[in-house]
Amino acid sequence: MLTKKIKTRLFFLSSVIFITLLFLAFIYFSLKENILYFKTPSEISIVDEIQNNSKIRVGGMVKKDSIQQNNKEIKFILTDYKKELIVVYNGAVPNLFSEERGAVVEGKLNDKSYLIADRILAKHDENYMPPEMKKIFENAK
Amino acid sequence: MDFFSFGNIIVYIDKFIKFINSIFFLVLIIGLSFALIISPIDYLQGDAVRIMYVHVPSAWIGLSIFSIIAIGTLFNFVFKIKNLYLFVKSLAPIGLLFTCLAIVTGSLWGKPTWGTWWAWDARLTSMLILMLFYVFFIITFKIFKDSEKLPQILSAISILGAINIPIIKYSVEWWSTLHQPASIKIIGTSSIHSSMLVPLFLMLLVLLLYCALIFLMKYKTEIIKIKKKNIKRL
Repeated sequence: MLTKKIKTRLFFLSSVIFITLLFLAFIYFSLKENILYFKTPSEISIVDEIQNNSKIRVGGMVKKDSIQQNNKEIKFILTDYKKELIVVYNGAVPNLFSEERGAVVEGKLNDKSYLIADRILAKHDENYMPPEMKKIFENAK
Repeated sequence: MDFFSFGNIIVYIDKFIKFINSIFFLVLIIGLSFALIISPIDYLQGDAVRIMYVHVPSAWIGLSIFSIIAIGTLFNFVFKIKNLYLFVKSLAPIGLLFTCLAIVTGSLWGKPTWGTWWAWDARLTSMLILMLFYVFFIITFKIFKDSEKLPQILSAISILGAINIPIIKYSVEWWSTLHQPASIKIIGTSSIHSSMLVPLFLMLLVLLLYCALIFLMKYKTEIIKIKKKNIKRL
């Protein structure tokens, strides 16, 4: 059923697909680090040297009972349940920012466990439910 | 093969359009009242969750239309089916519309929840790339109107764009992103409460009907254009 013309086209098509996949693989392996939007506190702790002037983004959970607020400055601990990072920030935080929730902070590292942030983003997880359901969940715990 | 004659096909398309028109507003009102009034607020986001009822279906539609377009274009390239060409041409603007809608509603949702309109994370960037592919696709139709090279260029764009589709889908699982992972999985339970799933799927139905309506109208126009050129069969 397949004529010679169609076979040629199919061959051409598959070679194009193969070549583009190859190219994309190269691009992927050279950009691997940059695709990640944030690093975890554990990844920060194993970095060899701290570049003082470059901004980085770190994501994790805000540790329970760790938010201290005085005046406009807010100080809290970001954790991935293995390593912790102290974050200091000046300014308003997003509505969803609270304890035991995900957050992404952007700023400069002072040392491996101290970060001065100039932007805080709240991370939302994949769970959606009405408020009553949340209460039932909490009572079940 | 009388079914595929011009007269017949236009009659069938008109019947379809009439049918969709007759039920569209009913479904729209039911969908909107579920999405805006009946469904509960979220425990964390409050009313912002209602943006999801447009955002998620539009993103699904944007992705699936590009997949259909890619398959159609490649088939057209290999087997030279003129009808597929019209089909793809009528689908592309709808896909672009819904991809833009997903990006804009996502951005509106991001401001109150994340605290930013836009972030260059893998999901958002790959979605923007999808939008660019749609734009390339439509521009190619305009520039290379009757050129011999049109199918080749279109298939090149759709191959590249089609590779982007699984990247969009799995970006939230492969890499760390600001965007949350998928709530609704094909296999397994979804992490959206059932009272919120009802408006979500109703809105999906509304948007799908809208897609079908626009597609049929555009497809009809394309057929009439060809008829004017005096070609007897598709």
